[in-house]
Amino acid sequence: MRTLLIGYGNPGRGDDGLGPALAEAIEALGLPDLKVDIDFQLNVEDAWDLNGYDRAIFADAAVEGAEPFFWKEVEPLDSADFSSHAASPAGVLKLAKNLFNAKVRGFVIGIRGYEFDVFGAPITPKAQDNLRQAIAFLADQLRFGEKEPTAPA
Amino acid sequence: MSKIITINPVTRIEGHARITLHAGDDGKVQKAYFHVNEFRGFEKFCEGRLYTEMPTITPRICGICPTSHSMASAKACDHIQRIQPTPTGILLRRLVQAGQILSSHALSFFHLSSPDMLLGFDADPAKRNVLGLAEKDPALAIKGIRLRKFGQEVSERLTGKKIHVLGVVPGGMAFALKEEDRLALLAQIPEAIATCQVALGILKGYINENRKMVDSFAMFESPYLGTVDKDGALDFYDGTLRWVNPDGSTLAEAQVWEYQKYIAERSMDFTYLKYPYFKPLGFEKGFYQVGTLGRLNVASHIRTPLAQKEFTEFRSLKGGKPVHGAFYHHYARLIEMLHAAEEVQRLLEDPRITGTDIQARGHRNCLEGIGHTEAPRGTLFHHYKVDETGALTKVNLLIATGQNNPAMNQAVLEVAKQYVDGRKVTEGALNRVEHAIRCYDPCLSCSTHAYGKMPLDVELQGPDGELIDHVVRG
Repeated sequence: MRTLLIGYGNPGRGDDGLGPALAEAIEALGLPDLKVDIDFQLNVEDAWDLNGYDRAIFADAAVEGAEPFFWKEVEPLDSADFSSHAASPAGVLKLAKNLFNAKVRGFVIGIRGYEFDVFGAPITPKAQDNLRQAIAFLADQLRFGEKEPTAPA
Repeated sequence: MSKIITINPVTRIEGHARITLHAGDDGKVQKAYFHVNEFRGFEKFCEGRLYTEMPTITPRICGICPTSHSMASAKACDHIQRIQPTPTGILLRRLVQAGQILSSHALSFFHLSSPDMLLGFDADPAKRNVLGLAEKDPALAIKGIRLRKFGQEVSERLTGKKIHVLGVVPGGMAFALKEEDRLALLAQIPEAIATCQVALGILKGYINENRKMVDSFAMFESPYLGTVDKDGALDFYDGTLRWVNPDGSTLAEAQVWEYQKYIAERSMDFTYLKYPYFKPLGFEKGFYQVGTLGRLNVASHIRTPLAQKEFTEFRSLKGGKPVHGAFYHHYARLIEMLHAAEEVQRLLEDPRITGTDIQARGHRNCLEGIGHTEAPRGTLFHHYKVDETGALTKVNLLIATGQNNPAMNQAVLEVAKQYVDGRKVTEGALNRVEHAIRCYDPCLSCSTHAYGKMPLDVELQGPDGELIDHVVRG
C-alpha cells in the first residue's frame, strides 16, 4: 500500500508545528512505500500529489478536541473552504477524485496543541507529549496496518 | 443618519476580516470599513535576534509568499553588510522570485478569482469555487494546478525543500542549480507559457463581454507604486521605486533607502492594518496602490516579448495611460504571470545560472539595512536596525497588503455603493464585495503578521448604528 503523509502547519507558530514535526519524525524511520511531504498548509496542488497513492494521511495540529490526538478517516467532500492559503483534507480529496479520479483513502491525525499565537515559540511540553504518542501510533499504523488508536480519541 | 452593514468573514482570502457598511437614510451605502482584527507582533518577536537569521525566520510569516520575505530580508542584510551578491547569486534569486510570482498568481486566478468569472457572480456559492470549476472545466483546473506546481518546483529544484530552507542568504544564495534541474525546469516552459496564454484568453474574453461591469467595478483613480529597472521596465527583484500620478506622469522616483522620505504610516482605529500613504501628498490625498496594477501602471515596458505584446494591448485600453479599476488587477496579474514564465526561461538559458560562485561573503559594516522586492501582492520593504553585535534593535516590515489597505477600503465602498441597497446584503452583493477585496489578492496573514483563516463578517448598520443585516461566511 502506497502512502503519502502530509504534515502541515507553521513551525514558527508554536504548536502549529506539530504536523511538520510528526512528518519529520516518521520520515526519519525510513519506512517502505511511504512518501512524506511537509508544508505550511494544504492547498489545491496537493490534489495532484495524492494521485497514485492508496492512502493519504494528513497530519495537523488540533486546536481543540481529543488528547493526545485523534485519528479518523475523512471522506471527499464538496467544500467552499479553499482560500488563498488553505484547504481542508476533505476538499483536497474531493478535488483529487474529481480531477484525477484518484482512488486514495484519506485519514487525518490531529495532534492536540495548546499555544499557537507566539511567533518563534517551541512546541509546548504538553503538546510534545501528545506528539510522541502520535508518532508511536502512526509508526505502528504504517508498519502493521490499520487499527484504532489505543489512546482516547 | 446612517445605516451600517458588516460583512464577516471574507472568503477565499487570508487572515480574519470584517467589513462594516454604513448606509444613509436614503438606503445608499455612504462609508465602508475593511477591518482586520488579528494582530500579533512579528516585528517585536524579531528584536534581539541576529540580523543574519532574518532570511530564514521571515518566510514563516506566511506560507504563500515566503520567497518575497526571504528576498527582502536578504537584501536588507546585504545592505547592512554593504555587499553585492555575486552575479550567479542574483540570477538565482531572480529565478526563485519569478517562480513564486508564477505560483502565487496562478492560485489567485485559476482557483480563487476565475470561479466568479467562469461560473458567474450569482452562481450557487456552494459551487462557485475551485471544486465547482473542477466540475465545469476540469482541464482548466488541472492546467492551473500544474502551473502553480511548476512555480513551486523552481525553488524546490534549487533548494530541495518546499519550506524551511529557501536558500536565499545574505550575499546571494546557499544552493547552486544543477544542470539536470535546469533542464528539467526548462522542459516545462512551453506548457507554462501556453497555460498563461490560455488564462489571458479567458480573462480578455470575459472583459470584452462584460466591459461595462469591469470598467465600473470598484472604479477609482489613485497614484501607483512599483519597481522599475534602469530603463523603466517592470522588475520583480530590484530597481528604482517609481510612483506615478493617475494620469501616468511621474510623481517621484527613489531608491529603497529613501523610502521613509516618501512613505508614512498611520494607525486607524477600525483596523490593525496601518494606512501607509505617500508622504509628500499628505494623508488625505496620498493613498496609492501597489501590486499587479501598480507595477504595470508605473512600468514603461516589459523585457520579455510575449508579455510585452500583452502589456502594449493592456495599456492601449486607456491610450497608454494608467489603467484604473480594481478588476484590472486580474488582467495585470496574468500579464505578470506570463512575464514570470518567460523570465524563468530567460534565466534558465543564461549560462551563468549553473555557476557555483553563488554567495559573496561579508560582515556587519553598518547599523542599518533596508531591502525591498516586489512580492506577488506588491512592494515589500524590510528595514532593520542592529547594534554592534548584529542583534536587531528595530524591525519594520512594510507589507504590500498594508499599502493596498486604503485602496481595498475604497474598492469595498465603490462596490457596496453599486450593489448593496442598504436593507439587506444579498448573496450576489456579498460576493461582489468580497471579489473587490480578492482583486488585490490580499495576504492578511502577512499584513497583520498573524496566521489563521480568513473568515468574513459583514454588518449593515443603520443611521444610529443599529444592526440591519449581518452576514457571516467562512
